[in-house]
Amino acid sequence: MALKTIDLFIPEGKTTIMLGQSGSGKSTLIRIINGLIQPDKGGSVFFEGIPVTPQNALELRHKMGYVIQEGGLFPHLTAYQNVALMAGYLGWPAERIDKRVTELAQLTQLPLDMLSRFPTQLSGGQRQRVSLMRALILDPDLLLLDEPLGALDPMIRSELQNDLKQIFQTLGKTVVIVTHDIGEAGFLGDMIVLLRDGQIVQQGSLPELVHTPAVPFVTQFINAQRSPLEALTGNPS
Amino acid sequence: MKKYGMILICLLMTHTISSAATNDSTVKIASKLHTEGVILAELMTHLVNHAGAKAIHLRELGGTHVIWKALKRGEVDLYVEYTGTIMKELFPNSRLKTLNDIRQRLLQDNVLISKPLGFNSTYAISMKPEVADKYGITKISDLRHYPDLRFGFTERFLARQDGWQSLRQTYQLPQTNVRGLHHYLAYKGLNSGAIDLMDAYSTDGELAYYNLQVLEDDLHHFPDYYPLIIYRADLAERMPQVIAALQKIVGNITETEMRQMNGTATLDKVPESQVAADFLAKKLNLQIDIPEETLFSRLYQFTIEHLILVSISLFAAIVVSIPLGILAFKSSRLGQIILGIVGMIQTIPSLAILVFMIPLLGIGNVPAIAALFLYSLLPIVRNTYVGLHEISPQLRESAQALGLPPMARLRLIELPLAYRSILAGIKTSAIINIGTATLGALIGAGGYGQPILTGIRLDDIGLILQGAIPAAVLALLAQGLFELAERWIVPKGLQVKSR
Repeated sequence: MALKTIDLFIPEGKTTIMLGQSGSGKSTLIRIINGLIQPDKGGSVFFEGIPVTPQNALELRHKMGYVIQEGGLFPHLTAYQNVALMAGYLGWPAERIDKRVTELAQLTQLPLDMLSRFPTQLSGGQRQRVSLMRALILDPDLLLLDEPLGALDPMIRSELQNDLKQIFQTLGKTVVIVTHDIGEAGFLGDMIVLLRDGQIVQQGSLPELVHTPAVPFVTQFINAQRSPLEALTGNPS
Repeated sequence: MKKYGMILICLLMTHTISSAATNDSTVKIASKLHTEGVILAELMTHLVNHAGAKAIHLRELGGTHVIWKALKRGEVDLYVEYTGTIMKELFPNSRLKTLNDIRQRLLQDNVLISKPLGFNSTYAISMKPEVADKYGITKISDLRHYPDLRFGFTERFLARQDGWQSLRQTYQLPQTNVRGLHHYLAYKGLNSGAIDLMDAYSTDGELAYYNLQVLEDDLHHFPDYYPLIIYRADLAERMPQVIAALQKIVGNITETEMRQMNGTATLDKVPESQVAADFLAKKLNLQIDIPEETLFSRLYQFTIEHLILVSISLFAAIVVSIPLGILAFKSSRLGQIILGIVGMIQTIPSLAILVFMIPLLGIGNVPAIAALFLYSLLPIVRNTYVGLHEISPQLRESAQALGLPPMARLRLIELPLAYRSILAGIKTSAIINIGTATLGALIGAGGYGQPILTGIRLDDIGLILQGAIPAAVLALLAQGLFELAERWIVPKGLQVKSR
């Protein structure tokens, strides 16, 4: 999806949500942040004051954890090996890796005996916890999550939303989450960036979007999400 | 591991090359895929060994040009060739007519010739004596008066320049009932009365066995096929005693004797080496001891030869193909070129690749290994490419997003995910390779192809199976071995079932 001109500041220590329909450009935007996609000529991304270039992107990604839908875990590695991959590559001593993995398992509430399993042997929710651990192993400053809960069924999804919120609060890191779910956006986000056709429609908190919509589309988008109890409270006429 | 493998290959290569190169103390004698040639080569081998030199018999090489090139390169010192073949096949445009013409022409290539060995191994138009007597036929021109006779000729004879078409013209023959038959079946057909006349070689053992009558070529249609020993000039300088020893059979083998020897080998299944030794004992009173060869020792030797061919070529192919497959994956334009070239190599018939190798690498196992190497490339290159290509974009992006540089991604993520596909490619290559390696015997590389070639030549199913069964067993073994290796090499995570 092509993006139009976008000017965006992501506040430090807060959770920012990229919200929009599929094709709105929200996933493209998150990939531009960590340099997986290069912005067009004239565009640039600054991370902690440093411009992200193809030359320094690999290095900078060590400070940007990344979680995608279904986790993107490597099937040939165990959960532990997936989590420890980058630390091992950077030459951390085994004890340090061990300590860090255990710490992260506690944080994400992954039972320790799951660490020796392969991704195919884990449930969807467990896979996302491992994926989050992998993103956090180097203690990054920024956490990027692209539809992290998109593939989970509602109960697990809700449980994981609670856990994520708690984890983000504990860590106090800068977080960017891509989602199309307004409920999830409101629950997790400090700031919501609503995108449409490659452009920012409005940015602000959920109350701001609800009460002072910039354009009618904002209200349309919010109302399009059906409440589960809608059928019961529906118009009696 | 790879490094040691390369060193091993280099060692083996130098070993195989050095063993094929000219060694001053050995005499390398060659024969074609033709029983008479094998017997004559065995005769010469015995004589050379008896004279105190060391002879090596390179058996059943692919054809006239294969041996001739090897002779010029010095990989063969001598062999028996027929005057007709030298004139018609080796130098068809030189209009050689006499023995002296041949001598002059070969001298240009530093090759000398002996005097003829004695017999003439030309085409022999043959009939059953009862049938010939009934019509009173003794010479080919007599056939003109009996248009109803049924002829059975080999396909080769039907196609040859001096074959049926020109024979019919020379003698103005009226017969129209002519069919193409396998040489071996023609003898049976003639014997059972299904045909009246066939083409044969005047020294075929079957002529004596079936007691056939050879018609006189009264218009001298067929060229003479006098066998000569042709040898490198440097051999005469290096080992004059060898040339002297070989003189003992020059002019000393009659048509009847050669026919008997051929018959003993093809019909009584006596090994050529024994046939040759018996002749020398009877004719020259030379006692030749033939080392007893057990089936096991033969099989052992073929297995070693075959394994050398397969393992070196396959290992080299693995070392080259995996990087090529990676390259093809990383650069799509280069990939098209690489896959195109290795694919094209695969379309060249294996026999042709073997023959192409001769001018470059001579005969023996080096050119065979090179040809097998080329043949093993495609499955491995292709499967490496496909294996890497099939990794999901999600996983590839995950690896990129972690901040792993390209080489580390390849090593830690992409290659392990492609192992199963790569291994399947190697397995395919190995199995094709084991089968194709049997053709190596045609250019002197030995292996399981050797008994197969001999078996085809002698029409001996038992001998063919001596090569075919071990080759099949080896292929199965390779298959099993690779399946075991798969469990060990393919990452466990890709083998576990999901819960």
